[in-house]
Amino acid sequence: MNWGQAIADALSLGALYGLVAVGIGLVFGVMRLVNFAYGELITAGAYVLAYTSGWPAPLAIAACFAAVIALALAQERIAFRPLRRQGASPAAMLVATFAVSYLLQAIYLLAFGTRGEIVGTLGQLNSAFTVDGVDIRWILLVTTVTGALLLLATALLLNRTGIGLHIRAAAHDFRTARILGVRANRVIGLSFVVAGVLAAAVSVLYTVSNPLVTPTMGVPITIFALVGVVVGGLDRLWSAALGGFAVGCVYGLFGDVLSSQQSVYLPSVVYGAVIVVLLLRPAGLFAPFRARQVERV
Amino acid sequence: MRRAVPELGVPVLLVVLTALIAGGISQTQQLEFENALVMVAIVVALYVFVGNSGVISFGHVSFVAVGAYLAGILTVDPGTKHFTMPSLFPVLLHSHIGTPLSLLLGAAAGGVYAFAVGLPLMRLSGLPAGIATFAVLGITYNVLYYWQKVGPTAQTLSDIPESGRWTLAVGTVIAVVVAYLYQRSRFGRLLRATREDPAAARASGISVYRQRLVGFTLSGALAGLAGGLYVHQLGIITPTLFYLDLTFVTLAMLVFGGVGSLWGAVLGALVISALNSFLGDAENTVHVGFRLTLPTGTRLVTIGAVMALVIILRPSGLTGGREFGLRWRR
Repeated sequence: MNWGQAIADALSLGALYGLVAVGIGLVFGVMRLVNFAYGELITAGAYVLAYTSGWPAPLAIAACFAAVIALALAQERIAFRPLRRQGASPAAMLVATFAVSYLLQAIYLLAFGTRGEIVGTLGQLNSAFTVDGVDIRWILLVTTVTGALLLLATALLLNRTGIGLHIRAAAHDFRTARILGVRANRVIGLSFVVAGVLAAAVSVLYTVSNPLVTPTMGVPITIFALVGVVVGGLDRLWSAALGGFAVGCVYGLFGDVLSSQQSVYLPSVVYGAVIVVLLLRPAGLFAPFRARQVERV
Repeated sequence: MRRAVPELGVPVLLVVLTALIAGGISQTQQLEFENALVMVAIVVALYVFVGNSGVISFGHVSFVAVGAYLAGILTVDPGTKHFTMPSLFPVLLHSHIGTPLSLLLGAAAGGVYAFAVGLPLMRLSGLPAGIATFAVLGITYNVLYYWQKVGPTAQTLSDIPESGRWTLAVGTVIAVVVAYLYQRSRFGRLLRATREDPAAARASGISVYRQRLVGFTLSGALAGLAGGLYVHQLGIITPTLFYLDLTFVTLAMLVFGGVGSLWGAVLGALVISALNSFLGDAENTVHVGFRLTLPTGTRLVTIGAVMALVIILRPSGLTGGREFGLRWRR
């Protein structure tokens, strides 16, 4: 058993889930919508990478980003904007994102089949270098650094630019922000673009370690990230990111430490911990204390 | 009383009609109609909690699973069980009961499980409630998949006696009637009050927690019953059957029909089931005036698209959350 190895794995998985968590948290902040179809953006990016494996890497990655951003905007335009216009209940919105996720999976199944495709882009990052007897694959380093940089960039965009101010205002109080002249469609569109950029980055990074692309590959990613987001606290981006990071770390760590005999019940342990956290801190592990008891809208 | 006749009568009539039609058609189509009956039972069980409380639950399929596994294992011949699942708990291993009793026990198990889960979880609402109930589903699936003392794990559970369409129809009608009686009862009304405005309900002296717990437990019992029906309809099950797909499909059926009404739950389950089975047939050529053959895979895409479209264009569902009425109001 090698602790250094386990920590290295845990960090990179944590960074990956942190990115997914920010993508989900950003859209939730602005729209109060948990986008369950977020994982299908990642799947779409992975398929693009699989079908462009022969291309030069920068070109393939650019194609992946373009496709994922386009799909993210399409989701917003076709599915979520009409819902928002009608003032649908949160339950209906949530089930609608489920339906979109189901539909996209069905389309992938119809278009690409069940067998799965292999991504070859950036495969060379799987080679390793050794530090103190710990094998570190390049991709771990790349994932952790890219993850940190993207999180930093998102934070800068939100805190240091005009449009970021608009996004934050809309996230805080959508109606008042609109009255004060924030353009709703622009802000929401932009947050979907940023979410799309993050999803595309996850497609690129994730497929290096897990090159098999299947129609349903996005589902477990969304579920774990969503669990992380809710456990961390949905209302703030950094707490959502931290929650996603924590869930990824726990998974990476236990996946390495436990034997396969013990690790079959790992999901139960993680879900059990989630329930405990939600009972003790419904607003999230990293949310500020003294949350309001009753919220009237 | 005058309202009760169409409000309860029409959903029950639809269920009976489905069972009647199932008698006069080919073997495969009969299976699809029976499956539609079971789907109605599951969606009605889901409606009892989600519809009346307004809190979304992703965990109901775990109660369906518990009911299904208990009802299934108890009706399998002990001789077979000694051979296929030797490490079961002794009670499960040696018992052998009839189908009606197994359905009852399935319902009881679903109710007890829901009560135990609801005891801590009903304090939550909104998204945390959704995620916590989802965590329950994840745990149930994980345990059923690996624990050899409670079932055949990842293997299929087979040799379960199959029930005819009338047993299924009676079970489903019971679920519909119980759901209706509950929503017209004092408890149902109190829970609906908490749905409309939790703060005002609390101010009027209603314990939101207690009303949700009552609804959740009843809903879990009906889900257990529906699970029993499901296992006796299929005759063979695996844990994967009771996970994300069923959770999504039943929730979508409920929202599709209209989350706020019993009539919507029944209608949503039947319409989606009908569409599903028609498209399934059409993938193997069907005659609708002309020969129609759809490429394999169009079924899922079409179902997904129809559900997404209806939910997006009409978030309150086909029925708009109203019960069936003879006069059209407004």
